[in-house]
Amino acid sequence: MHLDHPETYPQRYAAAPSRQRRAPTPSSAPTTRPDGTRRALRIGLGGPVGSGKTATVAAICRQLREELSIAVVTNDIYTREDAEFLLRNAVLPAERISAVETGACPHTAIRDDISANLEAVEDLEESVGPLDLVLVESGGDNLTATFSKGLVDAQIFVIDVAGGDKIPRKGGPGVSTADLLVVNKTDLAPLVGADLEVMARDARAQRGELPVTFTALTEPDGIAPVVAWVRERLACWTAAA
Amino acid sequence: MTTTTATRAALLVLADGRFPAGGHAHSGGAEAAIAAGRVSDPASLEAFCRGRLGTAGLVAAALAAAAAAGANPLLLDEAADARTPSPALRMTARKLGRQMMRAARACWPSPALDALAAARPRGAHQPVVLGLAAAAAGLGPLDAAHAAAYEAVSGPATAAVRLLSLDPFDATAVLARLAPELDRVAELAVAAAESALDDLDALPAASAPLLEIAAEAHAAWPVRLFAS
Repeated sequence: MHLDHPETYPQRYAAAPSRQRRAPTPSSAPTTRPDGTRRALRIGLGGPVGSGKTATVAAICRQLREELSIAVVTNDIYTREDAEFLLRNAVLPAERISAVETGACPHTAIRDDISANLEAVEDLEESVGPLDLVLVESGGDNLTATFSKGLVDAQIFVIDVAGGDKIPRKGGPGVSTADLLVVNKTDLAPLVGADLEVMARDARAQRGELPVTFTALTEPDGIAPVVAWVRERLACWTAAA
Repeated sequence: MTTTTATRAALLVLADGRFPAGGHAHSGGAEAAIAAGRVSDPASLEAFCRGRLGTAGLVAAALAAAAAAGANPLLLDEAADARTPSPALRMTARKLGRQMMRAARACWPSPALDALAAARPRGAHQPVVLGLAAAAAGLGPLDAAHAAAYEAVSGPATAAVRLLSLDPFDATAVLARLAPELDRVAELAVAAAESALDDLDALPAASAPLLEIAAEAHAAWPVRLFAS
């Protein structure tokens, strides 16, 4: 009979029950640029198609672009739609947005083979840096899609109430291990019969102490709780320098 | 044991489709061929792969073998440029070379890889990097040629499964049927690489015009699943 090792697996372990889950582990990627200065904080955004990842990225950029040097890498599944949405809405100058092509497998490009994304991040640092914050947006994917620690320092998983209030209960690595779970489109809850209380309770059961925030990006300053979390992460990142 | 000891298992690591060097996002021309109706089933996939193996595959295998045998990688990089008419394919080869470089340096650190990375920070042609990676892993020119030749057909086969919803057993059977031809291409490539150590012009320059033309068109598509 196979017995598990007595110690907890040191990295994020998707299958662990919530009581074993710990504070986010630091990224395995080097934290300095080639010139020795501390590189930008990298935050990944994942989640199902249509949950509001691109809208979240756009809203974060609008809030923080005056005070921070920001760049975005998008991982569209088969188009440049997300990159073009960000360009059309002029949330950042074009040279600060880069699109990675993912060969029909968005989760591969953010988890199993991160080379193209790493190069996109490094190229942005080189061409428009020094950067304070890089947002890496995954193509819309399934509930098991998570970012490699070699690519990002922290990750946000975005789901929405219209996708069904059962999603937090179903769990999966995205819901249970992301550093921040965003439940978006709360304004639609009454229309789709979603129970936010149930979603909050299920998310707590899946995630233990990891934070969950409810947003309605259509409302004025609906992004505020996410921006507050990003600021916190940035403060930790800078303090650790 | 040191990394310079030849080890067959290192070839499995290097040639594994899961080796994190960016290959998963590329179809090797299969996406364009499928859209044009030239590949639609296992038989046409096999014909496509055979054609690619004998042209782009042979050239890549010879470049990789020559790099593994110790030919000057910067001159090989130029030779690769000269053998790749399509600017889109040259860019793809350099992009993939840069990604291969990152993975190879993490797996088999070596001064030769460091030197090429410093000389070509935006990426050298992928087969040249692959050849140096093979050498760094303790593998020989024939191993490098096998890895490059296999990649020339495994990429399109995987892409066809995703694009055509082809039965994955059929697609893999295509690769299995091509195995003897893969061996022959690898041997031809090594023979050419040996001659190329004296004269780089001995490297094969087989070309598939349709692959080159279709790659240019594909690069301009607004909607596509694969980067190339």
